[in-house]
Order: sequence, then C-alpha cells, then structure tokens
Amino acid sequence: MSNVAVRQLPVRPRTMTAFPFHHARGRLLASIAALGLMPLVSGCSAVVLSPSGDVAQQQRDLIIIATVLMLIIIVPVMVLTVLFARKYRAGSEASEAEYDPDWDHSTGLELLIWSAPLLIIICLGAVTWTSTHRLDPYRPIERLQPGRQIDKNVKPLDVQVVSLDWKWLFIYPEYGIATINEVAAPVDRPITFHLTSSSVMNAFYVPALAGMIYTMPSMETKLNAVINKPGDYEGFSANFSGDGFADMDFRFHGLTDADFDKWIATARQSGRKLDEAGYMKLAQPSEDEPVTLYSGVAPQLYDKVMNHCVAPGSICMRDMMAADAATAAGGEENGGATNMRGMNMQRPAEGPKANPAANATALLPLRGAGLVPPGRKQAPTMTAEASSSTPVADKL
Amino acid sequence: MSHAPLTTNPIFGRLTFESLPFHEPILIVTFIGVVLGATAVLGAITYFKWWGMLWRDWFTSIDHKKIGIMYMVLGLIMFLRGFADALMMRAQQAIAFGDNAGYLPPEHYNQIFTAHGVIMIFFVAMPMVTGLMNYVVPLQIGARDVSFPFLNNFSFWMTASGAVLTMISLFIGEYARTGWLAFPPLSDITASPGVGVDYYIWGLQIAGIGTLLSGVNLIATILKMRAPGMRLMKMPVFTWTALATNVLIVASFPVLTAVLALLSLDRYVGTQFFTNTLGGNPMMYVNMIWIWGHPEVYILILPAFGVYSEVVSTFSGKRLFGYTSMVYATIVIAILAYLVWLHHFFTMGSGASVNSFFGITTMIISIPTGAKMFNWLFTMYRGRIRFEPPMMWALAFMLTFVIGGMSGVMLAVPPADFVLHNSLFLIAHFHNVIIGGVLFGMFAAINYWWPKAMGFTLNKTWGMRSFWLWVSGFYFAFMPLYVLGLMGVTRRMQHFNDPSLQIWFVIAAFGAVLIAGGIACMLIQFAVSIRDRKDNMDITGDPWNGRTLEWSTSSPPPDYNFAFTPVVHDSEAWWDMKRSGYERPREGFQDIHMPKNTAAGIILAGISVAFGFAMVWHIWWLAALGFVGMIVVAIGHTFNYDRDYHIPAREVVETEDARTSALAAQG
Repeated sequence: MSNVAVRQLPVRPRTMTAFPFHHARGRLLASIAALGLMPLVSGCSAVVLSPSGDVAQQQRDLIIIATVLMLIIIVPVMVLTVLFARKYRAGSEASEAEYDPDWDHSTGLELLIWSAPLLIIICLGAVTWTSTHRLDPYRPIERLQPGRQIDKNVKPLDVQVVSLDWKWLFIYPEYGIATINEVAAPVDRPITFHLTSSSVMNAFYVPALAGMIYTMPSMETKLNAVINKPGDYEGFSANFSGDGFADMDFRFHGLTDADFDKWIATARQSGRKLDEAGYMKLAQPSEDEPVTLYSGVAPQLYDKVMNHCVAPGSICMRDMMAADAATAAGGEENGGATNMRGMNMQRPAEGPKANPAANATALLPLRGAGLVPPGRKQAPTMTAEASSSTPVADKL
Repeated sequence: MSHAPLTTNPIFGRLTFESLPFHEPILIVTFIGVVLGATAVLGAITYFKWWGMLWRDWFTSIDHKKIGIMYMVLGLIMFLRGFADALMMRAQQAIAFGDNAGYLPPEHYNQIFTAHGVIMIFFVAMPMVTGLMNYVVPLQIGARDVSFPFLNNFSFWMTASGAVLTMISLFIGEYARTGWLAFPPLSDITASPGVGVDYYIWGLQIAGIGTLLSGVNLIATILKMRAPGMRLMKMPVFTWTALATNVLIVASFPVLTAVLALLSLDRYVGTQFFTNTLGGNPMMYVNMIWIWGHPEVYILILPAFGVYSEVVSTFSGKRLFGYTSMVYATIVIAILAYLVWLHHFFTMGSGASVNSFFGITTMIISIPTGAKMFNWLFTMYRGRIRFEPPMMWALAFMLTFVIGGMSGVMLAVPPADFVLHNSLFLIAHFHNVIIGGVLFGMFAAINYWWPKAMGFTLNKTWGMRSFWLWVSGFYFAFMPLYVLGLMGVTRRMQHFNDPSLQIWFVIAAFGAVLIAGGIACMLIQFAVSIRDRKDNMDITGDPWNGRTLEWSTSSPPPDYNFAFTPVVHDSEAWWDMKRSGYERPREGFQDIHMPKNTAAGIILAGISVAFGFAMVWHIWWLAALGFVGMIVVAIGHTFNYDRDYHIPAREVVETEDARTSALAAQG
C-alpha cells in the first residue's frame, strides 16, 4: 500500500468517529463494527476500510453494514454452539436431568429460526437494491462527499483506459495526452473512465478510489468515481491475465488543480507521440514497463483498439459487423468476406505480420452473422454500454 | 482458421523430447520421488501377490461399497497432490517480495494455482463426496446395491482417468496457466497455444462423464430402491442431501461439458464461440461456466450438510431437530443454486438491476442455510453430547462455517463485491466454506463411517491431534487472507512489491504447515488404526449407537448388505427398530440375486486416457483408434450376458451364523 495513504489515515481506535455516517444509528453501527474489525486491521494499512474516494467509502460502509447485520445472527449461533456443547456434554448435570431424546419439533422455534434470517435478509436486500443502483459504476456520481454537491459547471474528467500485456495505457482525450502505468486526476473532480482491453481480460482497480471494473477486449465498460484527498495511490490489475500479471500495477495520483495542470504540462513537454505503429509495438507483451508520458496520441486510438483496427489497413469490427448485417439483410453476397480479408485477426503478441492461414479462412463467405430484425436498418453497436442498464439507473 | 502453432509429427503429434521438463529442477525431483514411490508400491503389490486380489475384488468390482472406498482413496491421493501445490504457493508468496523473485517463475506458479483449484474441486472434493454417497446411500435406504452397478464402476474409472490425465501433465508437457475455470480469451489458442488448456479440457471432459453417470445412477437408486415403508419424507437426511446433490449434478454437468466442448472447438478447429473477434463472445463462456460452477459448490456442500445432520443427531443421542424443515431447506438451496451464478462476475459490467437481482437471490440462500444451522443447534439442545472425532469436526464446522457464510453475504452485496472481488478476501471466503464446510464434513464422515466400512474404529488420539492441527492451521492460514483482502491485495500474485504485506503471508504459510501436520496425523491415524485393528474391532456393527439403517448390519457389511430387506417405519429407522425390541432374523434365508464383476469399466477408462492424451498432443491416429476402441468395447460389453449370480442361501446362513456367534461371544 502507498506510504502516503498510511500516513494520512492511521487506523487507531480514536479515529472511529471518522467514519462518515450521517445518522446516529449509522454511527453506532459503524462503531460496533469498527470494534469488531479493529483487532484485524490495527496497525496495517487496510485501504479498503479507509479509502480516499467517496465511492470506495460508500462501498466500505456497505461492508460494515452487511457485517453488522450478519453478526445479529452469527454471534448468537456461535455463542449457543459453545454453550450447548458445554452444557449438554455427556455426563454433565444438564445432560442427565434434561435429556429428551425425542424432542425434535417446536413450531414456535421453527418460525423463529426461519423468520430471523429472513428479516435480516429483507433489510440487507433493501440496502443491496438501493446501494447497487446508487453505486452502479455506469452511473455518474451525484456528490463529491457527504453533503458536498458537484459544481454544475465542472465537466467530468474523461479518461480512456486500455489494459495491455502487461501494462496500462491511459488516454486523456480532453488534453490530447496519454500515459503508461500512471494516471492522475484532480481532487474533487468527477472522473469517468472508459475501459477496454487489447487482448485478454483484466480488472482496473484503485482500492483507494473506487471498486474494480473489468477491462474486456472488444467491449467497453465504464467507471465513475471521484478522489477526495491528494495522494499517491496504488492501482493494479485485479484479474489474472498471464505471466506478467503480478507486476501489472500503476500509480494513481490525486492532485490539486494546480498540480494536475503541472502534470498535464509535463506530459505535453515530453515530445513523445503515441501513433498507431507505436501502439502496435506497445501491445507486444512486456513486463514492468516504466512510467511514460506522451504529449500526443493518434486520433481515435481507443476506439480502434476496441474495434481491433489499429494496424494500418485493417477494417474495424464495427464496420465489418455493419457490412455483415447489410449482407445478411440482402446486400452484396460477399460483402462480409471482402471486409474480413483486411482484418487484423492476430493477437498483437504474434506481431503485425500477416498470417496466411487467417487470410485463407477470411476468404470464406460469412453468412448469418449480425442479423438485423426486419424493418430495422441500423448496424449493431460494439459497446457493452449498449447492453448495460444505465437507463434503468438513470430513471431512479 | 488453422491454429496449430507447434509443428506436428504424424506419429507423435506435438509430443517431442522437449515436452519433458528436464529444465525444471523442481519437477525432476518430484518425478524421481514419484517414480521411487510408485516402484515401492508396485513392488510391494507384486511381492505380496496382491495383483489378482486387487483386480478381482476391487478394480472390476461393481459392489457399491468397494467403489465408494476406491473413490475415497482416489480423493485422498489427489488431496496430497493438491495440498503439495498449496504448500508451494504459500511458500512462494511468503518469500517473493521486492527483489526476491521467489523460487517459482510465473509460468510455473500459474500452473500450480490452476492445478490446485482443478484438482481440489474435481479430483478431491468430488470423488470424496461421490464416494461417500456411493458407500452410504444404498445402506441407508436398505438396498443391496445401486440401480446400475456396472455404470457405477465405469463412472469411478472415468473419474480416475480424468485424474490420471491431469497427473500426466505434471511430467509430460504442462498444465493450464489460466486459473481453474480457464476463462477465454486467456484460454483461447492465441493466448494459450500450449497443451496446458488441452489437458484441462480433456481431463475434465473424461471425469465429467463419470460424474454425470454416477449422478443418474444415484438418483435412480434413491427413487427406486428404497426399502418398503421408506417414503420420501422418511429418508435419512444424508440420503435427502444426496438426492438433491445428484439432481444438481445431472442438471449442471452437461452445461460444463457443453462449454468445454465449445472451447475445444475454438481451439481445435478454429470456431469463434469465445474469441475476441468475428462475433465471438467470451462473456458467453463466463456465464455458462458459472451456470455449472455455482451449483457445483452446492453439489459439494449439501452432502456435507447431510453428514453433519447424521453426526450431530447420533452424537447428541437425539432425534434430528426439525427434520421437515431440514428437507425443505435442502430443496430450497438446490433450487436457488441455479439463480445466483452471476454473483461471480458482478464486476464485469452488468447493470445495477441485474447485479442486485443476483445479489439478493444469493443472500436468500443464507436463510435456509441459517435454518439448518439452528436445527443442528437445537439437536444438541437437551442431548447427551459425546465428543468423538466426528462430533468435533461437526462443532468446528458450525463455528467456522458461519464466518464463511458471513463473508459470503458480504460478497453478495454488489458494491461491496466491487472492492473485494478477486481479492484474497474472496480466497479466504471460499476456503472458509469449502474447508470449513465440505472438507470438515468429509473428515467427520471418514471418522464416522470408517468402522462401518472397515470393521474397526479409528484411533481417537491421532484423530484428535489431526483435528486440532487442522482447525488451528485453517485459522492461521486463512484469517490473514481476510485481512490482506481488506488491504486490497489481489489473488494469483507470483510476486509482491510491498514488503509490509509479508508478515501476513508468513503467518498464512505457518498455517499451511500446521495443516500439513494435521494431514500427517490423519495418515498416522489410519496406519495406527490398521495396525491395532484387532483391539478395536467393531463386532456390533453399531459402534456409535447409530440411528439409520447402515448401522443395523455388520461392519463391514456382507456383499449383500442386508440378509432381509428391512421394513421402515421412521426416518431414523434403526433407532426405531432398536427401541421397539428388534431381533435379528436367524433363519429363513434365501438365495440372494447379485450383479457380477466386470472389467469393461476399467478397460473403457484406460482407452479413454489414451484417447485424451492423443487429443491433447494432436496424435490423431491414436485418438481415432482410441475413439473406435471405446465404441467397440462398449458395444462388446452389451453382448456380455454373464452379468449376475446368486449367493446361495447356505452361504448367507454361514455368514449370518458367524455374525450371530460373534455377537454372542461379545455378550
């Protein structure tokens, strides 16, 4: 864990009141839970329990609420197990006096043992439904911190994230810069991450900021979050992705506005540009890549990565699917096949050189893919966003 | 699209001299150890002239009791392999910090955690659970064997074949480096061109056939072969859980078979089911494998719940509290097992409504589970509790499993899962429920039913040593992982940069060493008990004052289990019989119709190993030969009409008279 985070958030009993609950009940729950968890985490930097971003803090609160609700059942079970085992051990007074080998039913008790867990789960279920919608990573955040609203004039910081074998590429479309294994954001400015992957699945996770979200090739996920304290935080891939996985980490900097501007300026002064060829080289597997800042980045690079068409001359999956859909809907017979010929079918690991086998197969006509329902003309989109329930979340 | 990235030879396929791991010193040492051990075992069998006995009485046996024991032996042997993997991982993670890269390079470490997961679930937990059900269920329902005795033998050998193929990967080629569920795109041919994923696929496909057939067999057995009077609601609870588990097996294993078949098509013939491009969708694999994968954990835990029900009731000397709610809780858990699979990937971008639905269904499972927990608790209430090893395991389970249940519900809250998913908290959670639930249950069962199966009780001293080492080892090994998870540490890491984490991994490694001690004590317990068996014979057949039918027959039971089919009036039939002054019948015995041994199962399974190996290495001629061979043998077996025989009444009389005099001699 980052030393900065440790210094900022020493976990000592007297900081218990620092849990940002608003209600007295919540504070009480938090205190009880904190007492329970304290022996576990005292003296160590349990970042999940003391994060620095509002989303992660709400997620932490949920862990504590769930724990407390569960303890209502668990503590009695554990205590009774020990008590009964002690009291009714063979030869004890109680086991002689109270032994009742045929007692196997009690309607009242049965009602209690089914309804007590049921009530707990009803409470927790309600908490789950509301919190899952409130903290949906696709949903724009609604506050900076408890009681602090977002300034309507502030536009969220847009960061495009690409996981590669085995490093992270961050693109800032607003500023035209890109970085490797380092990402920064101004404190108290909402951030919207758009995420995809080049070859295999990873998960983007900055524990101090917000929960993780998978990065998946050919698909896009989103994560909305905000960082509330300046600091140098750890980020990494939380989904195993091959041999270089263990060192696939990066730094996340929460910066003041001035420092963030300075950071952008440093990137702009670097003079390095990330063009398509540079990306193809970057996409080759490598481990422990040093932090690199780029002053410029090829246009639409993120989009091309998601559609597997960074290699010059290759056809984007989106276009190919549209063509296939047109073919299937009665267009030119070999439209799909023609499109496939140019597509870069290979994983970057094998290099950009043409694979004759891939092209041989590509000549076969592709039929039936991407059928458009009758009476609809538009091509299917490639993003996971299209199938997410963002609209549902927005309605709430 | 032709993929084959390695050159293939018409005779040896992809197999070359380089496939043997001469460059891996760890594997060389292991290999020498295995060769020495195998030579010793095979030499001993030859020296004592046991081959004939093994072949006639065990390998070709269709007796459910012997097959059950063979399953348990398979599970225990594979457990030692899986645990060796665990020790290696704990050692690596305890030392690989900063500049120290540890002793396992990533490509080796990644195979180890994959093999550990696959072996522990498919070749340890599954054989143990299946073996236990095989042994106990027919005895509990008063049957003489299962419905399809040959199928039972075949199922066992197919499971063993899968295990053999998986073990071969240790010394020829490599195992998958993808994690135990082999998610594409990491497991597709571009990211994993080697033979590892192919070993994974064929090992599981072959073992899966065995599991599925054994599920069909046990469902038929439970539904059709119960003793007269044993209505469904008079079945022992273990048999109920076995029924629920086998229904889950039959409904979910075909999904695993299908998804692995699709993955093999992607890898072998260039289809695009789960690829990144050309319409492939890896999410489909993730969904399908978890539609199998979640019921799988209930397949494992339900029989363990059944064991605890039997054990707690027996050792409290009381009827099980709330039999009816126990049964309904089992059924509810089995049904809900199908409605929760998405909670394994909340973080893959599903929307909030989908995530909440699956989160809440997951929590609902804790209601019947909680009810079961209270039922065990009130079974102890007003009882006379004997702290024999099976009861100790049951108590350890009750105290440990609730912690795992609590962390499970925490993970079921999607926003909390976003920060805990894939972390060591998750690892701690599922080891908490699999070890604290399934494995403790298996150990309780071994201690409980050993005297029934072997005819003598297990040594209590070594059993208790094993118990205390195991339980304390478990807490040392996995509580630090909960803490590390809350510190945001993720799983499957071969190396760490932050030295402040090291202490927790050292504690966890210490826990693993304690568990190793627990395992050693258990093996010593078996050895000592076998050595001293003459002093611990179980003449009565009922060493624990049991309650269900298996305790009404001798230990070990005769081939035919029951000379007369018992008539059942109560869910605790034997307890009821004992109380109503049941007398063993001494005469009137008749010929007993029994199934006959056959070698078809082991031969088919042997061929399937060759077939699987050939498919892994692209040795097409051998694969074709193996496939045809399997079909020929299977058809040939249908012409074998010599399938049954009668145990003559005179032999039954001898066996029963011997038992009568043994009982009389004991007083």
